[in-house]
Amino acid sequence: MALDKNDIAKRIAKEVKNNYFVNLGIGIPTLVANYVRKDISVEFQSENGVLGMGPFPFEGEEDADVINAGKQTITTLAGASFFDSGMSFGMIRGQHVDLTILGAMEVSENGDIANWKIPGKMVKGMGGAMDLVASADNIIVAMMHVNKAGESKILKKCTLPLTGVGCVKKVVTELAVLEITPKGFKLLERAPGVSVEHIIAATEADLIIEGEIPEMVIE
Amino acid sequence: MINKKVPTVQEALNGVENGMTIMLGGFGLCGIPENSIAELVKKGNDNLTCISNNAGVDDFGLGLLLHKKQIKKMISSYVGENAEFERQMLSGELEVELIPQGTLAERCRAAQAGIPAFFTPAGFGTEVAVGKETREFNGKMHIMEHAFKADFAIVKAWKGDTAGNLIFKGTARNFNPCMAGAAKITVAEVEELVEAGSLDPNQIHIPGIFVQRIFQGEKYEKRIEQRTVRQK
Repeated sequence: MALDKNDIAKRIAKEVKNNYFVNLGIGIPTLVANYVRKDISVEFQSENGVLGMGPFPFEGEEDADVINAGKQTITTLAGASFFDSGMSFGMIRGQHVDLTILGAMEVSENGDIANWKIPGKMVKGMGGAMDLVASADNIIVAMMHVNKAGESKILKKCTLPLTGVGCVKKVVTELAVLEITPKGFKLLERAPGVSVEHIIAATEADLIIEGEIPEMVIE
Repeated sequence: MINKKVPTVQEALNGVENGMTIMLGGFGLCGIPENSIAELVKKGNDNLTCISNNAGVDDFGLGLLLHKKQIKKMISSYVGENAEFERQMLSGELEVELIPQGTLAERCRAAQAGIPAFFTPAGFGTEVAVGKETREFNGKMHIMEHAFKADFAIVKAWKGDTAGNLIFKGTARNFNPCMAGAAKITVAEVEELVEAGSLDPNQIHIPGIFVQRIFQGEKYEKRIEQRTVRQK
């Protein structure tokens, strides 16, 4: 059975390790914070200028001056800090952030990512995504395997304007966990009950499949 | 002490003319110079080029200037959630330059700090890099970006003093410190303006040298774009 968005977030949460500074993009990535193990120390960075983000505030406790990059009201945890946008992207370009998790419209087998523009249809802008993908060492994409038209978003080559080149390390979808290797997409795990054949059929790019592919463990 | 205080928003924005380039602080609707934007709407200057991370929403922030067609060109990193903006952009009425957010911040900071240009990896291999000089440093490709040139920078702070020193609050800080001093004239509007000497020099985020005019905003609506709460 294919995973839902919360399950994708749960699977990605396993990639978050002790003492990591993590930047979460808008959408599924934001959900990852809910599922990080409670016994490890992790700090979430939001590029609008906060480190040490906490959960959403209780009703009545919202502060218009404390938001995340998705413009949602948030709280801060003990040890949090605020800073300006220049310093924030200094943290990002300077590779002080250990893990970046973001959404995408397309990912290609050489690690290119497209997520900011559909020519003639939709232009929202890249926000901080281009800075993040150009700088981060460890980039995980959280997205659905196919688009609303049922077309694969896992491609040999991206068709949309790029956000960054050769930067994505791993992709987690409702069907599979894929690693980007020098030889292309390698199938690491499949969603519970989803067959390898199903994943191959839903993927435009070629997949490297070695031995038995284990099921993802979602708790 | 050099006194930067001006009594009114009108005086603070004296000299803003049609066709000028104006930087405005804020991220979404957080930390935007609300009082100055309202005054720009009243003044009615047009053909403006605005440098700001976002373009407000339909009925608040820079959306108010867009609505009155006072903006010729927007330089931003993210413009979603604004239907009028999208309409003007797709119809070609509005010129839009989208640039990576970190590059936007650094182009402000470079202007503030007297650095004419710098190299960043952001946007290499994308349409952002088209026509720009590229260079390899430490095995990685970078593109050259230039400091902004602007006539006015309009920033918003939490507290300020008559010397122009500024203190920001929470994530309302965002682009404001990067823009202070990044234009020919910097205007700061603050929620609370105090006499020089009332603020602890250790706590100042932006020294008054970067600010030419400071005033206390009449009122702050501080609209929340995405009010998100959890259950008790």
